Amino acid sequence: MSKLAMSSLFQLTIVRFRLFWREPEAIFWIFVFPILLAVGLGIAFRNRPADVLQVGATTAQLTHALAVDKGLAAATMSEAEGTHALATGTILLLAIQTPDGVSYKFDETNPDARTARMVADRAIQTASGRREAVHVQNQLVHETGSRYIDFLVPGLLGMNLMGSAIWGMGFSIVESRQKKLLKRLVASPMPRWQYLASYLLSRLSMLVIEVVGFLGFARLVFGVPFRGSLWQLGLLCVLTSLSFCSLGLLVASRATTMEAASGLMNLVMLPMWILSGIFFSATRFPAILQPVVRALPLTAAIDALRGNMLQGMNLGQQLIQMAILLTWLIVAFAIALRIFRWR
Amino acid sequence: MQANGRPTQSNGPSLLLCGLRKSFADVVAVDGLDLEVTRGECFGLLGPNGAGKTTTIEICEGLTAPDAGTVELLGLTWSTGENQLRQRIGIQLQETQFPDKLTVDETLCLFRSFFHHGISVEESIRTAQLEEKRHARVGTLSGGQKQRLAMACALVGDPELLFLDEPTTGLDPQARRHLWDLVDGLKQAGRTIILTTHYMDEAERLCDRVAIMDHGRIIALDSPEKLIASIGGEHIVEFAITDKNGSDGVVDPALLTAIAGVESHRVDAGVHQLSVRELHTTVPLIFASLSAHGLHLSEFRTHSATLEDVFVGLTGRNLRDE
Repeated sequence: MSKLAMSSLFQLTIVRFRLFWREPEAIFWIFVFPILLAVGLGIAFRNRPADVLQVGATTAQLTHALAVDKGLAAATMSEAEGTHALATGTILLLAIQTPDGVSYKFDETNPDARTARMVADRAIQTASGRREAVHVQNQLVHETGSRYIDFLVPGLLGMNLMGSAIWGMGFSIVESRQKKLLKRLVASPMPRWQYLASYLLSRLSMLVIEVVGFLGFARLVFGVPFRGSLWQLGLLCVLTSLSFCSLGLLVASRATTMEAASGLMNLVMLPMWILSGIFFSATRFPAILQPVVRALPLTAAIDALRGNMLQGMNLGQQLIQMAILLTWLIVAFAIALRIFRWR
Repeated sequence: MQANGRPTQSNGPSLLLCGLRKSFADVVAVDGLDLEVTRGECFGLLGPNGAGKTTTIEICEGLTAPDAGTVELLGLTWSTGENQLRQRIGIQLQETQFPDKLTVDETLCLFRSFFHHGISVEESIRTAQLEEKRHARVGTLSGGQKQRLAMACALVGDPELLFLDEPTTGLDPQARRHLWDLVDGLKQAGRTIILTTHYMDEAERLCDRVAIMDHGRIIALDSPEKLIASIGGEHIVEFAITDKNGSDGVVDPALLTAIAGVESHRVDAGVHQLSVRELHTTVPLIFASLSAHGLHLSEFRTHSATLEDVFVGLTGRNLRDE
C-alpha cells in the first residue's frame, strides 16, 4: 500500500465515501431529489406561451383572413357545424359571412372568447384594408432571471446544502455512537480530529458533485442564469456547506439514539424550511420576525446565492451574509467540540 | 506471529491497579481493587453480570476515569502516556458493531492505519481465520465471525497487551471453541492477555490466573487449578449403593470420610457426593471399603470440580443466578 493509502485521515475519508455510496437512499435524497423538485416546480410554475385561439369561419376567404394572425387557428365549416363546435368548446368563435358583412357568434361571458372576438375582428378588418390611425410597436418581455424557476433554483440549492450537511453528519455520527463504533475508535490510537476532518473532507468532495450536477441541470433544462462569478458562487457553496456541517456536528454531539437525533435535526431545519425563503421571498414575513429570519444561516445562504446568480453581486456586496454564515460555523463548531460525546 | 520486540519502559508488570474505585450514581461498580498482572500472562476477570468486570477493564483501557486509585500499564499511566499506550495495546470491546456496509478487508485497513507499527492486514485476516470472508460485507458475517473480526481489529497493531471484554458472550459452542483456539495461539506468541468472562469453563480453559469478582471486589485470586483445589479436592465422586437384598444401602458417613484422599461428603437424594484429591488412588479404596461392608454400587460417576463450585463455595450463589 502506498503511504497515502496507509494514512489514517485518508482511510477515514475513504470509509465515509464507501458508506455513502453504498446507501442508495442517501444518494437519492442528496442528488436526485433536488432535481426532481426543481423539475416538478419548474413545470407547475412555467411561463406558458400565449395560447392560440381556435376559431371557425363559414367561407374560405374569411378563414384565410383569420389565419394571417398568429394568435388564431382558423378552420372552414358550415354554420351548423360551427354551432356544434361552439357548443362543444372546440372553437371559441364562429365568423359567419352575411350579405352585408360578418357576424361573430361567441360566448360573451368567456374571456378567451372575447379575446378571440377582438383578434378575429382585427384580422378581418386588416384583410379588408383597414389602416391603423396610430403607428404602434410591441416590446415583448421574456427575460431570464425574472422567472419563478430562476428564483427557485438558488433556494433549492441552499436547502439541499443544508440537508446534505446536517443529515450527512448527524445520522452517521449518531449511528456510530449508538453502535459503539465511536467508543471503539476512541479506544484505538486514531487522532480524534481526523475523525471529524474526514467528515468535512468527504462532504466537500461530495459537494462538488452535488452542486455541479444540480446547477448544471438547472442551466441546461431551464436556462437559469449565472450572472455572478462562478468561483465566488463555489466559495459561497463551500461556506454554506461548512456552516451546516458545523451545525450538524452540534446536533450530533450528544444524541445517543437515532430517534433523538432525527427529532433534533428536524427541530433545527424546520424553521429554516419555512422562514428562509426557499420557495418565496423571506421578506414576506412581518417586520417583527425579520431580525430572526435574517439571522438564520439558510436565509443568509440563499440571499447570497440569489445575489450571485440572479443579480451578479460579488462577495464584497455580500459581507453581511458571509459574516452570518461564518458566525454560525465558528460558534456551533466550538460548542460541538466542547460537548461532543465520544462514547 | 510474534509479539513485537519494541523496548518497554521496564520489566515490571503489564498491569498494576491500586485502590481502584468507581461509582455510577449510587451504585458502586468497583470497590477498592488491587491487581497485578505479569508479562506474558493470560489473566481472567470472572464474575456474574454486574460484578464490575467491564467497568474494571474499561478503566484499564483508559475509557473510564476511576474515582480513586491508580492504573499503570506497561509502566505507563493514561494521564502521561496515552498516545504511546494506545499504540501498544489492543482492545476488543463488548458489542462493537462495525459498519455493515464495509468489507472485512476495508474495516481492517482502517484500523491498521491508526497504528505506526503492526502486522499486515493479510496477517490479521489469517490469524482470525477470516480468509474466506475477506471481501464479504460485515453485515453478512455470523456472530462468531464478527467477534473474530473484532479480535483481528485488536491485533492489527501487534499489541503487547490485549484486552478482551467477554469475547465469547452470545456465541454458539462451536464458535466459542474456535475463538478459544485463537486466544491459545495469541498466548503462545507471548502477549499479555486480560479477559473478562462469566463462563467458568472459558476462564479454566484459557487463563493462567483468575480473579473472581463479586460486587466490585476480588473475592478470590489464583490459578484455576489452585482455586478449585482450595475447595478441597479436584474431583467429585457420585455414587448410590444397595445392600445384599437389593434395597437402598445405608453407610456411615464417617466410614467414607475416613478413606484416604476424601475431603468431604454430602448426600443429596440418595446420591453420595465425595470431593476427592486424586481419583486413581482414592476410587479403589472406596470400592474396597464398600465391598468390605457388603454394599453394592448401583450408580457410579465422577466429574472434575469447576470454578462454578468455587463461586458457589465463596458466595453461596450460582454464577448464573444473576
